[in-house]
Amino acid sequence: MSDEPLIVLDSVNKWFGELHVLRDVNLTVERGEVVVVVGPSGSGKSTLCRTINRLETINSGTIRFDGRDLPAEGRALARLRSEVGMVFQSFNLFAHMSVLDNVMLGPVKVRSESRTAARDRALQLLDRVGIADQAGKLPVQLSGGQQQRAAIARALAMQPKAMLFDEPTSALDPEMVGEVLDVMTSLARDGMTMIVVTHEMGFARHAAHRVAFMADGQLVEQAAPAEFFANPRSDRAREFLSKVLQH
Amino acid sequence: MDVFSDPVNRQAFLDGFAMILKLTAASALLSLALGLLLAACRVSPVPVLRAVGAGWVHLFRNTPLTLIITFCFFGLYSAMGVKFSDDIAVNNYWLAVVGLSAYTAAFVCEAIRSGINTVPIGQAEAARALGLTFSQNLRLIILPQAMRSVVAPLGSILIALTKNATIAGVIGVMEASSQMKQLINDNGDAAVEIFAVFALAFVVLLVPVGYGFSALANRLVVRR
Repeated sequence: MSDEPLIVLDSVNKWFGELHVLRDVNLTVERGEVVVVVGPSGSGKSTLCRTINRLETINSGTIRFDGRDLPAEGRALARLRSEVGMVFQSFNLFAHMSVLDNVMLGPVKVRSESRTAARDRALQLLDRVGIADQAGKLPVQLSGGQQQRAAIARALAMQPKAMLFDEPTSALDPEMVGEVLDVMTSLARDGMTMIVVTHEMGFARHAAHRVAFMADGQLVEQAAPAEFFANPRSDRAREFLSKVLQH
Repeated sequence: MDVFSDPVNRQAFLDGFAMILKLTAASALLSLALGLLLAACRVSPVPVLRAVGAGWVHLFRNTPLTLIITFCFFGLYSAMGVKFSDDIAVNNYWLAVVGLSAYTAAFVCEAIRSGINTVPIGQAEAARALGLTFSQNLRLIILPQAMRSVVAPLGSILIALTKNATIAGVIGVMEASSQMKQLINDNGDAAVEIFAVFALAFVVLLVPVGYGFSALANRLVVRR
């Protein structure tokens, strides 16, 4: 444990070919803090989220996690990833395994825990996200909301130091968004460090400690949610909020 | 039908197909193992391994099998002294298995690689995000799904391998087509009949293989 914030991004730049998707991004996330990243599509939010466990590499700048620079590759990188939970827009549950096996896989194969211990914790987690009765099913047999809750349980099974959510509700039917956000809200309340990329302004308002607004690859402004939604400082944020909040 | 009423000729027929089955069984196992390894090489992050995998596929997929098996005898054995047994028949059998396996592995590799491409990228990303290493990812997540999607093409490759096993005859392995040639030489007036019996035997042997693999493919398909 070090004194510095859990996640520190310093002058991070990334290009996709000619496209400058992250421009000098600086972001720090304290332990136990919930940062919600909002902004228009294509603004680099997802890319930002994916650089933190190095699913995307960066071209310049540094990213530190828990007091250390992100390892470039190999076992050290795998170890770092095992400490950072990730939840994807498209769930990405392993299609050929039961929900229970999905949740047990990481602890058994990455942490070499006993199957008994891993199973007990997996069942507890599935119970916590409200789908213990689905444990034996294949992912395809679950609704989208149930799949995403299983994916959250799978990430939590690694007892991560932080959780990254990359648009976790964007692929869901509207009536299933709530059940996933409820799980995320309870996680936030329990003190999990979270970075959440989302279009759910309601979640940002009530669960975030801080809202970070991105546009065109830049982190334009950051503020507590009450302040951000009431008094956005930048024109870009004002314009964005006027579009998403008028309905 | 007089030819096959002679027990000696019947035995020749049975011996020929027994040899086809022996060649096919050994080559199927070896080419599956080697094909998996080559496919793993072709998708690995290590450039040298990718080059080895690609080189193997390009070399063996584009060389006539007759050449490869001939090389196994005159190159591997005669010139380079690779020897599996003092018994010439056994030695030739294994030389043929080596040639068949090297050749078939190239096709197995490409089938598996196309199977890997059917697995959504998110599956591998989720596995990496959990902290799985590249080889765990391949073994536990990618290949189990990829293999299920290539059961049918692997069946076609197995059928082709069974028929290709007749090429072992060029280095003196007494498989079905060599036995057939021998029988026709000895019973010229019954050539059409002998040919028909051997051809039909291949069809009878391989039609169920095709159906079996289709059924297996349907049962194992990964639903998403």
